[in-house]
Amino acid sequence: MTSIGTGYDLSASTYSPDGRIFQVEYANKAVENSGTAIGLRVKDGVVLAVEKLIHSKLLVPGANRRIQTVDRHVGLATAGLLADGRSISNRAREEGANIRSTFREQATVKAISQRLGMYAQMYTLYSSVRPFGISTIIGGVDKNGPGLYIVEPSGVCLGYHGAAVGKGRQLAKTELEKLKLSEMTTREAVMEAARIIYLVHDDNKEKEFELEMSWVGSETNDTHLPVPDDLLKEAEAKAKEALETFE
Amino acid sequence: MDHFPTNWGRPRNDAFDAYATHPIHQRPYNGPKDTFADGVQHTQQPIVTGTSVLAIKYKDGIMMAADNLASYGSLARFKDVQRLHPVGQYTVIGAGGDMSDFQYIQHILEELSISEISAQDGHELGPVEIHEYMSQVMYARRSKMDPLWNSLIIGGFKDGKRFLSYVDLLGTTYSASTLATGYGSYIAQPLLRKAVEGYEDTLTEEQGRKILEDSMRVLFYRDARSLNKYQIATITGAGVSISDSLHLETTWSFAEGIRGYGAQTQ
Repeated sequence: MTSIGTGYDLSASTYSPDGRIFQVEYANKAVENSGTAIGLRVKDGVVLAVEKLIHSKLLVPGANRRIQTVDRHVGLATAGLLADGRSISNRAREEGANIRSTFREQATVKAISQRLGMYAQMYTLYSSVRPFGISTIIGGVDKNGPGLYIVEPSGVCLGYHGAAVGKGRQLAKTELEKLKLSEMTTREAVMEAARIIYLVHDDNKEKEFELEMSWVGSETNDTHLPVPDDLLKEAEAKAKEALETFE
Repeated sequence: MDHFPTNWGRPRNDAFDAYATHPIHQRPYNGPKDTFADGVQHTQQPIVTGTSVLAIKYKDGIMMAADNLASYGSLARFKDVQRLHPVGQYTVIGAGGDMSDFQYIQHILEELSISEISAQDGHELGPVEIHEYMSQVMYARRSKMDPLWNSLIIGGFKDGKRFLSYVDLLGTTYSASTLATGYGSYIAQPLLRKAVEGYEDTLTEEQGRKILEDSMRVLFYRDARSLNKYQIATITGAGVSISDSLHLETTWSFAEGIRGYGAQTQ
């Protein structure tokens, strides 16, 4: 960290001499320390999955959800500071409602994501605020079919076939690249998503985790819903099985 | 532009930040204007209107009927309007009165449904909650002297219980085993009462449909703002189902014998 002590990392409104904004890069560090979140855009929908690290055994199972519903047809998963994730999902809901009010139609995933991108970017401009310590995966199905986007702390918003953020993103990305996402069904994608989350989880270093999964697509009549318990159990069992035979 | 994030503009939504979690400074006020401020227009009369809605309890749940007409005064302006609107999986709301106000009601109920869905707390809105919500909305609007010019019938079936209730532009509510709005409350309500009261738990779906069809036919004969195209909704344990448009069979041969109007020469 050569930047420390130079004074250029004290505010998001100051560039370093080589053109970087250190506060944004630190925000990315907050994302990298978080449990992995992935998203798969397949032919008939989107699947979101999160490796939710359990920091205390005293927590009620299922507490502190990291996947949120934004609109009927859109969901969002975050990696990074939990509270920032709540804040961004509230904003996403407002944007969805606003688009619905002005255009009297369902917001596209792209429109919501781009507005969230603009919102995140504003927090990179002022010394009085801190950039969001999260990367957000936004997934849903709209009139253009399935859509999957990532919004980063810098405000960058890009569309993906497969998305991965957080601690295990590198391994998750290589696994996602092996899949034929555009030929896959959401049901198959649920199995793959569970397998990838179990794969990227580091048993030695990490505490326990909960697998959190949601889907939206033809299986759910284009509404964003948590993956049903029995399917989640099945996917987890298969993931554990695949883990033993991996490599 | 300044460095207060809360001043950077936000989608207008009065429901947002209801607990004022940003007490740091004054935000721009986007709420409703003063009731008596200049330029505020209040609804003084309905413009495009729907007529009667009928509803009955029957063995399996609730059955409702409304025709497909939206009138512009006495002109039969729109003949393909759906006046029965499903809300969630358990409720149907049927509206008479101003159709643009009804579209607004559909919009606020959609917003409400989405905020309930995104809470993901395992609770779902049933007909009881939706009726209570609408009654509060209707009464609040009449108290602002700017009513939503509708009479609504809200019917539903949830947790094994039937629910059927009414609310209108004044915020008046009541429940009964048969309900009707508008002209139907004069013409059809007595017919419905005679056919349904005391038989709520024995009437079959087929019998219910017959009762509503016959009442809709009487209304079409008697109500000059009605149409012979209508829909029937059923709300049962199996969920909400709204039929395609149905056609009323009518006979007019008696009209041949009528004398005393128009330019007949005897």
